[in-house]
Amino acid sequence: MLALLADSTIRTVALGAALLGISSGVLGCFAVLRRQSLLGDTLAHAALPGVCLGFLIAGSRDLGSIMLGALATGAAAALAVLLLTRTSRLKTDAALGIALSLFFALGVVLLTFIQGRGNSAQGGLDSFLFGQAAAMLRSDLWIMGAITAAALALVAIFWKEFKLASFDPGFAASLGLPVLALEAAMTAMVALAVVVGLQMVGVVLMTAMIIAPATAARQWTRSLGAMVVLSALFGTLAGVTGAVISAASRGLSTGPLIVLAISAIVFLSLLAAPGRGLAWAALRHWRNRRNLESQQVLATLYRMAAEHGDRRHPVELGTLDTFHGTPTRRALSRLERQGLVRPVRHEPERTPHWELTPQGLAQARRLLTDTGGDRDGEEMS
Amino acid sequence: MTAAPFVPAVADRKGAAVPDRLHEPQLALHVEDLTVSYDSKPVLWDIDIDIPPGVMAAVVGPNGAGKSTFIKSVLGLVRPTAGHVRIFGRPYGMQRRRVGYVPQRSSVDWDFPTTALDVVGMGLYGRLGWLRRPGRRERDEARHALEQVGMQDFAHRQISQLSGGQQQRVFLARALVQQADLYFLDEPMAGVDATTERAIVDILHRLRAQGKTLVVVHHDLQTVRSYFDWMVILNIRAIAQGPVSQVYTAENLRKAYGGQIALIEHESFGGSGATAQTLGGG
Ligand SMILES: Nc1ncnc2c1ncn2[C@@H]1O[C@H](COP(=O)(O)OP(=O)(O)O)[C@@H](O)[C@H]1O
Ligand SMILES: [Mg+2]
Repeated sequence: MLALLADSTIRTVALGAALLGISSGVLGCFAVLRRQSLLGDTLAHAALPGVCLGFLIAGSRDLGSIMLGALATGAAAALAVLLLTRTSRLKTDAALGIALSLFFALGVVLLTFIQGRGNSAQGGLDSFLFGQAAAMLRSDLWIMGAITAAALALVAIFWKEFKLASFDPGFAASLGLPVLALEAAMTAMVALAVVVGLQMVGVVLMTAMIIAPATAARQWTRSLGAMVVLSALFGTLAGVTGAVISAASRGLSTGPLIVLAISAIVFLSLLAAPGRGLAWAALRHWRNRRNLESQQVLATLYRMAAEHGDRRHPVELGTLDTFHGTPTRRALSRLERQGLVRPVRHEPERTPHWELTPQGLAQARRLLTDTGGDRDGEEMS
Repeated sequence: MTAAPFVPAVADRKGAAVPDRLHEPQLALHVEDLTVSYDSKPVLWDIDIDIPPGVMAAVVGPNGAGKSTFIKSVLGLVRPTAGHVRIFGRPYGMQRRRVGYVPQRSSVDWDFPTTALDVVGMGLYGRLGWLRRPGRRERDEARHALEQVGMQDFAHRQISQLSGGQQQRVFLARALVQQADLYFLDEPMAGVDATTERAIVDILHRLRAQGKTLVVVHHDLQTVRSYFDWMVILNIRAIAQGPVSQVYTAENLRKAYGGQIALIEHESFGGSGATAQTLGGG
């Protein structure tokens, strides 16, 4: 790997991928938290006509003009969505979908137009669809780096304002915060992230880079600060991994590899993150069920003892199994370990019997009075 | 360094010409000719509402009556098509620091990655202004507010892990750090358990005892008379307002709730001699 990074082309690609990971990782957090993932998708696709226009105006594949074009059409798409939702009965997601298709179609038309001219300078403009990292120049790194730095500075300076406007825009506005302007800024930040990733992953896959690192980071973290940092780390990790694998394989394209890498991170996070992951949910479910089982067995012992008017009334294992319709031996062992029940002989029968210990009796009483109603339903889920 | 407020203290559109002239300064809240519409459908129609200082006022009305919209238009969150609002005689834009706000709990995403303490601290962002970050002093204030609502043990708990009642208390604590003179609360007791409701009412009563004015959207007609001393009945129009003892009549409620009144009579009036008379008279 280090040997690979010694190659200057590969180093350029890896650095570019890292910048992409940082910028989309950080800026994507706000989009994900504001449930605006679809906005990222729309802005990414809407960049395509801008890429073409930038190329047409500059007359060459100059990254600066292409990025400016992409920003411009991204902004136009965002504005179109705003106007559509304000002036018609369209819901935001429908408007986003319409803007996405419209701008992307426009982009494809422009792209075919440019290619049809047979201009030798066209230089594979279609690489902006899925990205072409190999075409990246060292000078491009400076542009990407400057945009990333500017975006990060914006986030740092207006940190608490962005946070409040994302969490509770109504309250933010009541304090006098210009919520509309802050929302516009957060939208612009997504457009900036798109622009940084144009060359590397292209407009089609760029959504993944905006949504995925933030989604994965959300699984592991409990504060916005930690989420943003981890999201940047995940983005960088995926970017560099994709770049290195691509270089090592000589031929597999970088952009899709980066997206595959970040997808793997998302998959692991959804599965395994403590507290929120699916694996944890399953474990919690299983534990709850086990507890419930023990409690039910304890309650049954108590009720039968109550029926017999003898708190040490021994109950046969078979009776418990039949009553619960399932073997209860394991639940009884757990209760025994907790000191709530104990096995006894009930002469002359030779089968195992169980009775409540005094602690078990107290516990069962507590259980039956506490869960009598669902009075605590409101408290602590 | 003095904090730069998010917006300079300017008047609203209507009052911009004469921001210094007081209008009805003896009232905590003065709303005149207010009309608000969404998509040209009027949600509030030509309402006049006056609330004197020091009262705890319930705003009641059926679902969709425009109660939340009323608060939002007072706070400038939605733009009225007509009318004006004054808070202690001045437009809201000049009085932000004297006003506290508890939005409807369901209006935010409680899965947002943050802690109870952090949310309470957000109540101080207005005072901090741009660029300044909350520091030790702000954290102490937030912690103190959490104590007041009995949530000190949950300061570092994720807000998604709080029960509905606890989330509501966090919102209340956030309003407390605002140290306002006039509070707007949107359904602070909706979906909370009896203990929390009691705790919230106690805090609100304590605020009233300190001379604060409270405007509370309240969903439960049965408790209006025991909790509140002032009342506004709203259903697109302002149907009645004034001291609860005068306004809480079957007739007024029937005007607001229409067909639902049978249920309300049964729930709220059964067994009470005084209101049974009102019923007969209405
Ligand atoms: N942002 C909005 N856009 C369009 N209609 C809205 C909006 N907010 C509320 N409404 C409508 O305005 C009416 C009043 O809503 P609201 O003020 O929330 O009522 P309440 O709080 O009394 O239940 C309802 O009919 C609601 O559907
Ligand atoms: Mg409401």
